[in-house]
Amino acid sequence: MTQEREPFLLIRNLVKEFDGVRAVNDVSVAINKGEIFALLGSSGCGKSTLLRMLAGFETPTQGQITLGGKDIVGVPPYERPINMMFQSYALFPHLSVWDNIAFGLRRDGLPKDEIAARVEQMLALVQLTAYGKRKPHQLSGGQQQRVALARSLAKRPQLLLLDEPLGALDKKLRERTQMELVGIIEEVGVTCVMVTHDQDEAMSMATRIAVMSEGRILQVGAPGEIYETPNCRFVADFIGSVNMFEGSVAVDEPDHVIIETPECRHYVTHGITGTVGMPVSVAVRPEKIAVQAEAPTAAQRAKASEDGYNCVQGVITAMAYFGNETLYHLRLDSGATLKVSRTNAARHDESALKRDQRVHAWWDGADVVVLTS
Amino acid sequence: MKTLKYLLGGRWLSGRNLVIAVPFLWLTMAFLVPFLIVMRISFTEADAGGNPFGTLMTLADGVITLKVKISNYLFIAQDDLYAITYLNSLKFAAITASLCLIIGYPFAYFMARAKPTVRPVLLMLVMMPFWTSFLLRIYAWKGILANNGILNHFLISIGAINEPLHLMNTQFSLIIGMVYAYLPFMILPLYANLVKMDLRFLEAAADLGATPMQAFWRITVPLSKSGIVAGTMLVFIPAVGEYVIPELLGGPETLMIGRQLWDEFFTNNDWPLASAVTVVVILLILVPMAIFNKYKAEQEARP
Repeated sequence: MTQEREPFLLIRNLVKEFDGVRAVNDVSVAINKGEIFALLGSSGCGKSTLLRMLAGFETPTQGQITLGGKDIVGVPPYERPINMMFQSYALFPHLSVWDNIAFGLRRDGLPKDEIAARVEQMLALVQLTAYGKRKPHQLSGGQQQRVALARSLAKRPQLLLLDEPLGALDKKLRERTQMELVGIIEEVGVTCVMVTHDQDEAMSMATRIAVMSEGRILQVGAPGEIYETPNCRFVADFIGSVNMFEGSVAVDEPDHVIIETPECRHYVTHGITGTVGMPVSVAVRPEKIAVQAEAPTAAQRAKASEDGYNCVQGVITAMAYFGNETLYHLRLDSGATLKVSRTNAARHDESALKRDQRVHAWWDGADVVVLTS
Repeated sequence: MKTLKYLLGGRWLSGRNLVIAVPFLWLTMAFLVPFLIVMRISFTEADAGGNPFGTLMTLADGVITLKVKISNYLFIAQDDLYAITYLNSLKFAAITASLCLIIGYPFAYFMARAKPTVRPVLLMLVMMPFWTSFLLRIYAWKGILANNGILNHFLISIGAINEPLHLMNTQFSLIIGMVYAYLPFMILPLYANLVKMDLRFLEAAADLGATPMQAFWRITVPLSKSGIVAGTMLVFIPAVGEYVIPELLGGPETLMIGRQLWDEFFTNNDWPLASAVTVVVILLILVPMAIFNKYKAEQEARP
């Protein structure tokens, strides 16, 4: 993708200190128009502080925020063309749904009939046309979420901020609402920055994700990139589940690398930037690993790229059945635990594995990620 | 024993009803029964034989005579003096409640938004005056407002005035005393309400384009409505019947119903008329309150 145009939202070297502690530490990121950008991290990583600085509730200690080329640091929240959907919504309890949505429009001093038209349009957008007269406490959690969305979209903001948008909903409702929410945001075409600690939410909704830890952004990328090519141990470990092997580079060729770890020798079919002897981690996702009772066949060994590489043996110590897949814990001969997941493609699996069974596990040399930091 | 057990195990003596019974009994004994007694006295006439009030029902020659005397009420209705003092009482109570709200709201707001560590100190400062005798505090105002009092001395010494201002025994001194005495009763419920408020509502308002002033009027004030109502009631109701403050700080132009009651009761020794005056005061306060509560309950029940 070429970046000819100036990015829509540009955050440069942003720092926020609370009593000398850096909650946000030198964050720079560029967000394009129309993106749904997720800030992902565990609680206390600084993602909410970053969002609050975008909304104008916190003043940065250092750094710049420009929206559409204009510097917005120092602009009070009520003058920013930015609206936020609050965590657990913060709907005004004394106002009806209609008045909640109209609140922002009235502050702009729009004519009455235009406000009415816009509120009706918003109610239709979130399919709550019949609920205008209700008070927030008379609505279900899902309905409140939609009112909050309608309220934050009513002023047609240039930037929409979502703070844990689905955090207050139960699991089933969350899955359905994710799709709905993305649908509505895309229909409106608003640029969106969301904060979440839930990686599923970030992965399924966002076009790009920034993984944050201790006030810094560790990696920015599309969900697939973050998952398949994490750039450090933290990201690999934080997103999804991963097996990590610690070792060092034994052979470094342009087309492949061999890494020695206590568990096995890894044949990696893509180059890395490194030198022989350098300590590295090899990350393998559980679903990339094949597990079977018998030793890999010649064809399978060829896929593992080289004889005896990328192959371990172990005993199944625990298994968790999830319906669509089963997760196995293998205790390897080295004493390490290997997580392997297997899709339950057939209803009655002939080759079903049992606890305490000794099994072989192997993977393709192209499916591992070598991490140096 | 069996009966007792039956009663204890039965519906009527369940733990829940016992808990409710305690305040219920208290209210009955301390408010309802005395009120009925006062009401009964108001319908009798002063006894010539030295009793301050007569009997309602007499049994003589096998005939029960029920004598309900309504002339006390007619007298109150006909004599302008009562109408004027009632209106005066309502007026001064309303002014007191309004001033307490105007002064107390910013005070309570400031307290509620202060650092959590500072709040108990501020709360203590509000309640501190209660540690001194109420009478003493009202007397102190006499010393401040009198012609040769502290305030006049000060104003003359800085050359703002030449002659002492006549402040004591005016509407001004009465209202100062009332507002001073009742202010904590306004601040405390307002504070209790404001301190609970979720500040994210104000952030949401700001986010939607409301300036801090708009957010205050559109969000903070409506959300603190129950505190405003509670504080206003707590000030207004006792202020209507206030006797001590008008007596000490008020003057001829501030005749209030409390004073009138005192005169009927202790000076004229006319218990029936004093009782009738009391009943009217209670009705004047209770009826609007009952209507207000009913309206409020209906509004809350509406979908």
